[in-house]
Amino acid sequence: MRFDHRHLLGIEPLRPDEITTILDLAEQYVRFNRGRDKHANALAGLTQINMFFENSTRTQASFELAGKRLGADVMNMSMQASSVKKGETLIDTALTLNAMHPDLLVVRHPHSGAVDLLAQKVNCAVLNAGDGRHEHPTQALLDALTIRRAKGRLHRLTIAICGDIAHSRVARSNLLLLHKMENRIRLIGPETLMPTGIEDFGAEVFADMREGLKGADVVMMLRLQKERMDGGFIPSEREYYHRFGLDAEKLSHAAPDAIVMHPGPMNRGVEIDGTLADDINRSVIQDQVEMGVAVRMAAMDLLARNLRARPSEVMA
Amino acid sequence: MSDGEDPRAGGASPVATVIADARLIDPDAGEERAGHVVIRDGRIAAIHGAGQSVAEIVAGLGEHRLVEARGRCLAPGIVDIGVKVGEPGERHKESYGTAGAAAAAGGVTTIVTRPDTEQCIDTPEALEFIRRRAVTAAPVNVLPMAALTKGRQGREMTEIGFLMDAGAVAFTDCDAVIADTRVAARAMTYAAGLGALVMGHPQDPGLSRGAAATSGKFASLRGLPSVSPMAERMGLDRDIALVEMTGVRYHADQITTARALPALERAKRNGLRMTAGTSMHHLTLNEMDVADYRTFFKVKPPLRSEDDRQAIIEALRDGLIDVIGSFHTPQDEESKRLPFEEAASGAVGLETMLPVLLRLYHAEDLTLPALFRALSLNPARLLGLECGRMAEGAPADLVLFDPEKPLVLDRFKLRSKSKNTPFDGARLQGRVLGTWVGGRRVHEG
Repeated sequence: MRFDHRHLLGIEPLRPDEITTILDLAEQYVRFNRGRDKHANALAGLTQINMFFENSTRTQASFELAGKRLGADVMNMSMQASSVKKGETLIDTALTLNAMHPDLLVVRHPHSGAVDLLAQKVNCAVLNAGDGRHEHPTQALLDALTIRRAKGRLHRLTIAICGDIAHSRVARSNLLLLHKMENRIRLIGPETLMPTGIEDFGAEVFADMREGLKGADVVMMLRLQKERMDGGFIPSEREYYHRFGLDAEKLSHAAPDAIVMHPGPMNRGVEIDGTLADDINRSVIQDQVEMGVAVRMAAMDLLARNLRARPSEVMA
Repeated sequence: MSDGEDPRAGGASPVATVIADARLIDPDAGEERAGHVVIRDGRIAAIHGAGQSVAEIVAGLGEHRLVEARGRCLAPGIVDIGVKVGEPGERHKESYGTAGAAAAAGGVTTIVTRPDTEQCIDTPEALEFIRRRAVTAAPVNVLPMAALTKGRQGREMTEIGFLMDAGAVAFTDCDAVIADTRVAARAMTYAAGLGALVMGHPQDPGLSRGAAATSGKFASLRGLPSVSPMAERMGLDRDIALVEMTGVRYHADQITTARALPALERAKRNGLRMTAGTSMHHLTLNEMDVADYRTFFKVKPPLRSEDDRQAIIEALRDGLIDVIGSFHTPQDEESKRLPFEEAASGAVGLETMLPVLLRLYHAEDLTLPALFRALSLNPARLLGLECGRMAEGAPADLVLFDPEKPLVLDRFKLRSKSKNTPFDGARLQGRVLGTWVGGRRVHEG
């Protein structure tokens, strides 16, 4: 078992065997979480601070629960209401926090690269909970675990990612991870929501959803953010749903046993048909939430092991 | 014909029509030849050489109609891109009925309508209204264009996908140039993904704001607010860059200045999917025709210098400019009976386009096949239509005309509801004798 990283800032620096290491450990935590006694002590004595510079309910709750189940002291900081509003720079905030000696810092920030910048300034382990349009590594890992459990493998699958690719960190992290694991990736969306040059990352691009879904084993839908809906990037919700909303008819072009995923929160009737999202035979959306806690426990566990193995800089 | 009756009811007649002894204009082959045309089931069933006797052709047909062309010209009907009809909102200026009658009388067999009506055509529902109205009221083919941005406001793109499904053949904000380049780029990117055709109006919106004439000696003498001809090139340069960036299919509605031509030529040579049109007015009139503030000569973009006019004719001859349109814009008397600056822009042209453009033929600027390449063949190709060709199997959308017959134009005899033509009292040579749409005769002159 090898995982040689101080932080989890993205999927990009991870090797395939490291990804497998996280997923294997997460698998154990899935079983653990289903048990009656959900208290372990892998993070006992450690302090975990969740710093969310951008609103989040589910990711923050998932990280909080993961930390608490592993015995960490968890603190949530909603940075929108804090000193950032008073004009403190990100680096000053980092230095202030660092002086409080946290061990694990979970950070979400609206700007790409902000979490990396913060990681350079602190002594603890930093987990990226989403930075701008850049990466959201734990989401990609929980998606990977969900796929592996549903399909029995995480390689040589045809995976269609559909929606607002351009503004999605989920799409980027998933693209990187699934590409490293040697899957065939298709990106589906209107041209206005497709980043330029994305083909060079080893993905096929489709503007026609039915064509893009043909034979896909996994259909991953992305959330379309409200502010993109009216005329700027797409003409209207109804035209978007007509072209790119997943319904039973469009899904029929995918493989007969294709699974449907969505990182949440869903816009029913915009990117996905409500009935389909609730179809337990196709939708693994609830599984994704469950895997989220397990994957975050595994990631923090591994980072904590590395932290404990290192001679303590904090004490110096 | 009673009101509300479909003027094209019954569609193609089972009875054949023979147009005998015509001078056939073939824009595709770039030639003209003598011959006879047989129309059946809405299409050109056969084209016979002059050597074949009419009696023999007619013998095998059974019941038929014979039209003696007596050496007059028969050409593919005109496809006019950029026609404004007053519906919905300004029916007093032009209805589908009057526009259709004017088109039929002018040899225009397909009108491609602009979305810049009072209520903008920017939703599938509005487009559906146009289609229903057109089918019941107009004897010629009507194909609608839709706006590229909602309300032609240049802020949010329209439902391009739904509008295409509803039958929009192209997308344009007409003379409302999208000033925000980011909006233009996104709309064009989205359109490109659907394979939609975008028609631009190459004009710098800042420079051309409020202009009534082209800057130069004439505008200075008359004291009119004017725009530099360079505004057209600046607009075109921007649009060329956007086409290169987005890969959209693009048609420039009107190229009217010499200085825009090198940019257009380069863009075409570089393989961009671009075509360009010009207007009948810019080919036949220049800024001096405005004379003492005659508002019927106020068009958009404004009339240009004689040098520009000559350059545009040459570009048309070379094939650099692909399409000629009438840019038919009906205006009532009140909106023209105003000081030049305040008067509305635009002129009617459906009925006068062919006789007016025959001036270029009589001046030996253009051959008839070259003229009909720009009037019929190229616009049909641009829109992916089957018509525009003098060929067996092509739709029988045809115009029979006498290019020599003289006439003095009387604007009050025009079929359009609005009479705003700059050619009132003009001596023209050329008269439309017959128009067929899908094999059905819709005009007899």
